[in-house]
Amino acid sequence: MNSIATLLALSCLFLLGSSRLMLAINMIAFQGFLIGILPLVSGHGFSFEVIILAATGIIMKSIALPQMLKKALEKSGTKREVEPYISFGASILSGIILLFISGWIASRLTQDETIVSSSLIAGFFLLFTGLFTIITRKKALTQALGFLVLENGVYTAGLSLGSEFSFMVELGILLDVFVGIFLMGIMLFHIDKEFDHIDTDRFDALSDLELLNGNILNLDQDTDEEEGAE
Amino acid sequence: MSTLWLIILFPILTGITTLFTKSHKIRKILLLICSVVHMALTVFICQGSITPATESWFTTDALTKIFLSITSLLYFGASLYALTYLKPDEDGDQPSALLDLSFLRNKNAVFMGCMHFFLAAMTLSIVSAHFGLQWIGVEATTLASTPLIYHHRNKKSLEAAWKYLIICSVGIALALMGIFFLAMAVPAQVEFFTPRGLSKFAGYLRTDWLQVAFIFVLVGYGTKVGFAPMHTWLPDAHSEAPSPASALLSGALLNCALLAILRVYQVCAEIPAVQTLASELFVLFGLVSMAISGIFIMHQADYKRMLAYSSVEHMGVMAFGFGLGKVAVAAALFHAICHSLIKSSLFMLAGNILSAYQTKKVEKIHGLLRTMPVTSVLWLAGFLAITGTPPFGTFMTEFSILKTAVESRNYLFGALYLLFLVLVFVGMLTIFSTMALGKKMTVNSEGQPIDYKELNLRKDGTIYEHPLQYITPIIFLAAALYLGCNIPEPILQTINEASAILGGKAL
Repeated sequence: MNSIATLLALSCLFLLGSSRLMLAINMIAFQGFLIGILPLVSGHGFSFEVIILAATGIIMKSIALPQMLKKALEKSGTKREVEPYISFGASILSGIILLFISGWIASRLTQDETIVSSSLIAGFFLLFTGLFTIITRKKALTQALGFLVLENGVYTAGLSLGSEFSFMVELGILLDVFVGIFLMGIMLFHIDKEFDHIDTDRFDALSDLELLNGNILNLDQDTDEEEGAE
Repeated sequence: MSTLWLIILFPILTGITTLFTKSHKIRKILLLICSVVHMALTVFICQGSITPATESWFTTDALTKIFLSITSLLYFGASLYALTYLKPDEDGDQPSALLDLSFLRNKNAVFMGCMHFFLAAMTLSIVSAHFGLQWIGVEATTLASTPLIYHHRNKKSLEAAWKYLIICSVGIALALMGIFFLAMAVPAQVEFFTPRGLSKFAGYLRTDWLQVAFIFVLVGYGTKVGFAPMHTWLPDAHSEAPSPASALLSGALLNCALLAILRVYQVCAEIPAVQTLASELFVLFGLVSMAISGIFIMHQADYKRMLAYSSVEHMGVMAFGFGLGKVAVAAALFHAICHSLIKSSLFMLAGNILSAYQTKKVEKIHGLLRTMPVTSVLWLAGFLAITGTPPFGTFMTEFSILKTAVESRNYLFGALYLLFLVLVFVGMLTIFSTMALGKKMTVNSEGQPIDYKELNLRKDGTIYEHPLQYITPIIFLAAALYLGCNIPEPILQTINEASAILGGKAL
């Protein structure tokens, strides 16, 4: 249990510091595997349902989705994350700070319990890493990865809090997450086709902020011109 | 197996059939069949003929009845409207690199199929009592509606759909975290993880966990409701989606997410300490949403975005009402009904204007009263209704909320609330009057004469309006007007019942 939590935390730090997208996807696949076996080692026994859930989780999160994201990546021909809003070095530092914050929150939340569960800390850390990635990275693919990490974090935290729902609900949650990332994958293909890049910071056709800047004159500009400028 | 599964599974079945149907006509018929069957089942549920077998999964209490009827009615209206809105099949899209299935290439098949799935997901989120099941429903609405937003398959709609999917998914993931926390607040002896199941054990709930849970749920689902500052996806998605989908997104979907928050609030309302915090947060988010939407409606250049911001404002009004408590809770629930009717009509009318003029820019449209007589009269009536002018239902609700604020001596909040309402009124007045009044346009913004053939202009200078394009808005706006003058007894009773569930008073 503790070793899995440690590995999860390490994989997050790795994700924060790496610019190579292919490696990041592999890391996510590894993370998916760790999350998948977490219910098996958390001491809830080996009922049929636990095993089915674990198997579904591993197939979805560490095989199917990474394969699909890899395909999207190969299609787009990019290999690296471009200049993120916060550099990779600084990201790792922020990651360490986030880890401390996660530890603090976990200990606050479990004040009246006897032990602070390491997987709860890992869960919060995954959640923060996911949010951090979505906010600071520019590639749409990295944002999808960030969402997967976030979702892993929520799952881990829920598991370590011991708040389990019935089998069908757990399965439904897994299915929703799977379809969500799957849709993101399909859209990555379309973004690639339409924009010739998968950078979200160049998503600026829809914004009201130019209004605030007093830039009202430019609103006439036809979209075709904007597209031509790219 | 509960009979309630039928109302969820039926749209899924028709949706799958739609995806694989080649003929556009059959797909239209399926859309109508689905909405009519859904309405019929909803009527049975509201009469109490269909009730869940056990408490563990589903509920048909007053809250469910209100929101389910809104959704079903709006879906029926939107599907009537979609019959004329969707153009017949165009040539197939480029094959997708990932999945080469023939039905995915047909835009209309995907759109109509996803409409059915969207309905199923919304229904699931409304009738489910189990918090986990409800989460699945709300997340499924996001997934089913993303293809709807991406219907036009251009850059802008892609950008809107991507923002929608990412922002809402993150928000809803946080809500799941909140639900895990909620499970922590619950003592072991609780049988059902549902609002009623938890309320029974209100004295044993752990308040600290409940508070954390409510904050997470409010922020998480609040993203989907469109509370500022998490509303950023909303104007993009609502303006880029095809009009029948915008009408559903704004009128039905936002309510589903709001209901998800209300279900957790229902538990919080049992415990005074948590209820105080929850009310304060509702008031805060409500006023911030109203302020932000007021600012962005001023000088808004795009009339569909204006309607989207107006949805943010009205969600703010409702949150403010729930936060104030007492009679305002009932008023906010009634406001949800009126807002859904009016906003969906406005989006449909905006769709008429858009398909005639092919632009969403306010400044390029003048003299609607001369070119589109029916649409423009309804458009102005919709303006009066959405800004809460007296005969309409919205006036009554907005006034009761203000009254509650004054009676409970929240003068500052009341003043701010009034200020933002006025701000929105002025902003919308400018836009609606620019569009409806003025001379008929003869040249477009580049100075070239407008191609009247393209606009389907008739000899007397008006644009042809298909009856299906305005029949739904007429009915919905008339209903909003009627509700303002006289609330039928059964509706009033249901609202009061729902208000009591949420710890409020009768209207």
